[in-house]
Amino acid sequence: MIEQDWALVLARLQFAFTVSFHFLFPAFSIGLASFLAVLEGLWLKTGKGVYANLYRYWLKIFAIVFAMGVVSGIVMSYQFGTNWAVFSDKAGPVIGPLMAYEVLTAFFLEAGFLGVMLFGINKVGRKLHFVATLAVAAGTFVSAFWILSVNSWMQTPVGYEMGANGQFLPGESWLAIVFNPSFPYRLVHTVLAAYLTTAFIVGAVGAWHLLQDRANPGARKMFSMAMWMAALVAPIQIFAGDMHGLNTLEHQPAKVMAMEGHYQSHPDGAPLILFGVPNSTEKRVDYAVEIPKASSLILKHEWDAPLKGLDTVPVEDQPPVGIVFWAFRVMVGLGFAMLGIGLWSLVARWRKSLYDWRLLHRFAVLMGPSGLIAVLAGWIVTEVGRQPFTVYGLLRTAESASPLDAPAVAMSLLAFVVVYFAVFGMGIWYLLRLMNKPPEAHELPPGDEPIRSAGITPASQIAGRDNIAAAEQNGEIA
Amino acid sequence: MDLTVIWACIIGFAIVAYVVMDGFDLGIGILFPFYKPGEDRDTAMNSIAPVWDGNETWLVMGVGGLFAAFPLAYAIVLPALYAPMIAMLLGLVFRGVAFEFRWRDPEHRAFWDAAFTTGSIVATFAQGIALGALLQGITVEGRAYAGGWWEWLSPFSLLTGVGLVVGYSLLGACWLIWKTEGSLQRQAITYAGRFGIGLLLMIGAISLATLTLEPQYHQRWLSYPGVLATAQVPLATLVVTFLFYRSLRLGKDAQPFFWALALFGLCLVGLGISIWPDVIPARVTIWEAAAPERSQIFMLVGAAIMVPIILAYTAWSYWVFRGKVGTEGYH
Ligand code: HDD
Ligand code: HEM
Ligand code: HEM
Repeated sequence: MIEQDWALVLARLQFAFTVSFHFLFPAFSIGLASFLAVLEGLWLKTGKGVYANLYRYWLKIFAIVFAMGVVSGIVMSYQFGTNWAVFSDKAGPVIGPLMAYEVLTAFFLEAGFLGVMLFGINKVGRKLHFVATLAVAAGTFVSAFWILSVNSWMQTPVGYEMGANGQFLPGESWLAIVFNPSFPYRLVHTVLAAYLTTAFIVGAVGAWHLLQDRANPGARKMFSMAMWMAALVAPIQIFAGDMHGLNTLEHQPAKVMAMEGHYQSHPDGAPLILFGVPNSTEKRVDYAVEIPKASSLILKHEWDAPLKGLDTVPVEDQPPVGIVFWAFRVMVGLGFAMLGIGLWSLVARWRKSLYDWRLLHRFAVLMGPSGLIAVLAGWIVTEVGRQPFTVYGLLRTAESASPLDAPAVAMSLLAFVVVYFAVFGMGIWYLLRLMNKPPEAHELPPGDEPIRSAGITPASQIAGRDNIAAAEQNGEIA
Repeated sequence: MDLTVIWACIIGFAIVAYVVMDGFDLGIGILFPFYKPGEDRDTAMNSIAPVWDGNETWLVMGVGGLFAAFPLAYAIVLPALYAPMIAMLLGLVFRGVAFEFRWRDPEHRAFWDAAFTTGSIVATFAQGIALGALLQGITVEGRAYAGGWWEWLSPFSLLTGVGLVVGYSLLGACWLIWKTEGSLQRQAITYAGRFGIGLLLMIGAISLATLTLEPQYHQRWLSYPGVLATAQVPLATLVVTFLFYRSLRLGKDAQPFFWALALFGLCLVGLGISIWPDVIPARVTIWEAAAPERSQIFMLVGAAIMVPIILAYTAWSYWVFRGKVGTEGYH
């Protein structure tokens, strides 16, 4: 029995570790793919070299991020089976098809066009190349769509029937399953999060190079674009997060109680606890700094509305409070910091000092990883907050795991930790090195690069053919 | 034909597609140490760089399809093959990132080349072991795996592991015959010749060993009059081998690759003869493991629309990168 418990704890740690690592990469690449599409589109439309330079600059970075996203993602698709076999058997008929749709509509699309996007500019011409970029960007979004539908169904399961063999079976309508109650909120909030993640990384790189050289046109352009994103999207994200929270209150009230640190019910208006130390043994928040009744105002839009606390939830159904409480504050805090820098950039624009305000640039560099941290924190709120269930209210995490011995899981977890830190650590180091290089002012636009020494046809024919293609493109650009 | 059979065919197709496409690029990883660092390796790498991700997606399709169409099988097989599966995933991590990292870090290129090879070998070996472990039978109780975490390990599974390494090497060599020229190509022809013999020996050994594993296999292959049909498989194997070596000798570019694929195809036919209609050989049939009809129909709509589209743009992207390959990527 004891042994079984260890196997469970290790399996949870392994899942949390591998999915957290995985998600860092898509969070960046979903936004970056769209950013690249915008850059290439602007280049095609305006013909300005600066967009082409930026495209090539970020394409190299994208290739690395994407590769890491793919390999860590493949791990995820096996892990449901290796470590959560009972869950897979039971939930498979409902979520399996959604994940199959993800493969069919998203993974193939991304992977199929990635080769052309990275290597094909000289082979297919600019228009078709743009199509490839768009396809990859669309693929990343569609991927998020399906996997978030899966996750949301696990949070707010609807549209199923119980089979005699204990399986969840799909009911009449697949639409009800796909568009389950928490899905629209989660999709919007997560995709916006991915855009913000990218915006802050791009902004930080731009700011970093502005600190070295204020005149670098590439750095100016990317900083400005990123700051527009921050200024426009951060407020929307806060609003979306609020809506998401209200939805969660409706479907998973215990999660919200943990986020707010409400151990006790408040029959006449609950306080908003800004900070404090959740104390689960005593069932109270120590050293709490609170605004009286503000929580009721936010969640119920009424000062005196009663709010239930964890005392109304059976102990065996309560999520852990501390980690949810803290992770939530990290996310929200970063959200407001993002809003702050967005507003600051507007002031800087108005004062015409966007490219000269050193302090703003320094702060933007500091905020580079903020999106990644907020995304992780948000997911921790979501996933830990739904414990102790994998399918909310219906299937317990403890009943979901594979019949594996603890040593097996311990070995695999150790292997994942070592390999991920080593391999992805190196990858992140290469990314930082690429980002540390300033965008070259005179990089050749795509399609205008030197001819490959050997291309698509036997060497004898190459010179003629590729030269023509390149010349045509030159002509169009000029 | 009922839906379950259709889904078994679709998953079978995904597995074939995976072997056809990822087999050769894993094979190139395995052959990497035999090629000179520098231009030769860069060329070999460039011959697969634009397509490896798409190739590997068939692996995700295979396992995702299994999860969706046969959740019970997914839930039994993956814990049963725990160690080889984790090893395969970690191998794929190393080799997947090596495609990008080796260009970004010239000082450590030797290290990433080694990671590429090791990852390819580990992933291939683990896939071979998984196949062997499935064939030799796994312990099932109720709806769950009931064996220990070393059950997959046996002389037979090690044999299939080695067999697959040899097989993918052959595919890799044949791909290089097709995509390269000059000394690189001549080298590949030599390797293809050797690995061809190797694969033939492995096929023989594995086939004979399989017959001893389960009475079901023995009966399928050797009882009269079925044997009249099943004997065609080894005969065809011999014919294809002959054609393969002839195409090598005649110095054909593309043909050896397709004959090598045909050899793999025959192995898969043989596999099908042994296990059909089980999804876990001799334990669970496809009907026992199948998802309910509603799940199958919903996915079938998607598959019917998407698979042809996927095949079309995959073919297009191979077409874009057709012909002999050079040393320069976008790097
Ligand atoms: C850039 C990233 C980012 C930022 C700035 C925010 N969030 Fe967030 N949040 C996420 C990224 C994220 C996320 C990673 O995307 C999550 C995890 C799962 C999900 O649906 O979105 C998330 C989850 C999440 C949840 C949990 C929902 C659930 O599990 O049911 C709530 C209530 C909020 N967010 C609310 C907010 C509020 C009020 C914010 C305002 C400051 C905020 N988030 C900023
Ligand atoms: C959208 C796709 C996702 C699905 C389908 C999913 C599924 C699951 C499942 C089945 C578990 C239960 C196993 C367990 O308790 O450990 C879990 C837990 C967890 N997941 Fe997710 N997850 C998804 C995304 C994420 C992301 C992106 C992150 C983090 C960045 C994340 C973080 C976690 C954490 C931290 C746990 C552990 C909770 C705990 O055990 O206390 N998940 N998830
Ligand atoms: C447990 C949950 C998850 C599983 C099983 C999973 C599975 C996978 C797999 C197999 C791949 C590789 C695809 C390929 O071969 O090209 C992948 C990549 C990707 N995944 Fe996940 N994933 C999970 C969570 C998420 C989440 C939460 C998101 C986004 C919201 C996401 C978005 C992506 C994207 C955009 C890619 C493309 C690669 C990249 O952009 O880096 N995944 N995932």
